[in-house]
Amino acid sequence: MFSIITSNTEQTEEVGRVLGSMLEPGDLVCLFGDLGAGKTHFSFGIAQGLQVRDQYITSPTFTFVNEYRGRIPFYHIDLYRLKDPSELESIGFEEYIDSDGATVIEWAEQAEDELPADKLNVYFSDVSENSRELGFFAEGERYEKLLADLKKTIGDKKVIEIK
Amino acid sequence: MITLGIETSCDETAAAVLRDGTVLSNIVSSQVKLHEQYGGVVPELASREHLKNLMPVIGEALSTASVTLKDVDLIAVTSAPGLIGALLVGVSVAKAVAYSLNIPFIGVHHGEGHILAAHLEYPDIGYPYVALLASGGHTALYHVKEFGKYTLLGQTRDDAAGEAFDKVAKLLDLPYPGGPVIDRMARQGDPRAIAFPRGQREGYDFSFSGLKTAVRNHVALFRSKDKGLDPSLNISDVTASFQAAVVDTLVEKTVKAAKEQGVSKVIVAGGVAANSSLRTEMERSCKEAGIALYLPGMGLCIDNAAMIALTGYLHYQQGERSELDLNPRASMAL
Repeated sequence: MFSIITSNTEQTEEVGRVLGSMLEPGDLVCLFGDLGAGKTHFSFGIAQGLQVRDQYITSPTFTFVNEYRGRIPFYHIDLYRLKDPSELESIGFEEYIDSDGATVIEWAEQAEDELPADKLNVYFSDVSENSRELGFFAEGERYEKLLADLKKTIGDKKVIEIK
Repeated sequence: MITLGIETSCDETAAAVLRDGTVLSNIVSSQVKLHEQYGGVVPELASREHLKNLMPVIGEALSTASVTLKDVDLIAVTSAPGLIGALLVGVSVAKAVAYSLNIPFIGVHHGEGHILAAHLEYPDIGYPYVALLASGGHTALYHVKEFGKYTLLGQTRDDAAGEAFDKVAKLLDLPYPGGPVIDRMARQGDPRAIAFPRGQREGYDFSFSGLKTAVRNHVALFRSKDKGLDPSLNISDVTASFQAAVVDTLVEKTVKAAKEQGVSKVIVAGGVAANSSLRTEMERSCKEAGIALYLPGMGLCIDNAAMIALTGYLHYQQGERSELDLNPRASMAL
């Protein structure tokens, strides 16, 4: 586990972009944090890192899932409006998680018990009006390796603070 | 010609009956007392709830229209975009009914339905026009040259307008959905009290995420962990100032689009079109610019099946129909 402090939304996107460039088919990234904490900006970054060429990458809050084609498929899920875990079936949740694409889940706390054991968790919290702390926590071998690579790449950039 | 429309793309289960282009019935599950009749209040979204609601809703639509299933000549169903499990329910039922009655069916794009909804109320609109579609899931401007010719001029780059209303309501501890309650509270507030950002994007694109964060930062000054929101926060002023920022952006870009595209008509569609301030300001600005404004009533702004029936009917008139192997799709551009 380690943390990154970003000083603005551009840096939050940049961290997402670096992570996105490392994602492989089947990877799952779960985002936790309040409204306006930077989850969607981070997801935009991931989409860019996955080379999604769509002109518009928009919030999936209402639709629950937005699908994109990048170097691998990108499934952007948002569980903000989930009222009951039984609704996950309507979204096709299991199919996305078991798919050959990279999946990002915003508001993952809404379905914590339904998530697979192996995943990368990212916790967003406020430092100041624009600055955010991103706490990374890997579950499973694949994600421990991914996290080590991420830490090294971000560290090499020497722009964004790592705690 | 009798068309049965079916809509299950998201939260609402809806069915409607049209005779040619005229609405005979337009039934939306959340607005009828089906829950009591068919077993308690349940989450509306789950596929099995659509499954449970759909046949009673279709029955209600047929009986309100004073027709029977045997009178139906065409079935129109939302096949994209939406929640895949939810869409599947509507599409499967449409196929089964069409097959058993040996009548044609046609899959319809939900967004096209929203745009064409205005034609149900104003059959003589004519083309071309600019359409603003603003709802919980969409905020987009289209140039509509003629039936079936939609050019996306711009859309939101992050949150939809309706989503911003819901999330700001949540920040203020107000109930869901946020649109109606913010509309009501804003009437008591000063829209110029707080200078929230207008989220300007180039061209016809929108952005509401920065506005949401600005409201959040403002509200945070008045919120403590143990005491919640401080009573000194003027919620009416926050809602009025927030709403003004959304309405200003929507009105300005829509009128700009109409002028630059050289069209003299504007239609506004989607649930956000119910906002009273948006209606007033859009009317004022369109009048100033010499643009005719078409604002359909609430029942045609929200998700409904009459708009789906009309869209399917109009496509059928052009000789189109769907095959039984039609699959619903979660995402699809208009």
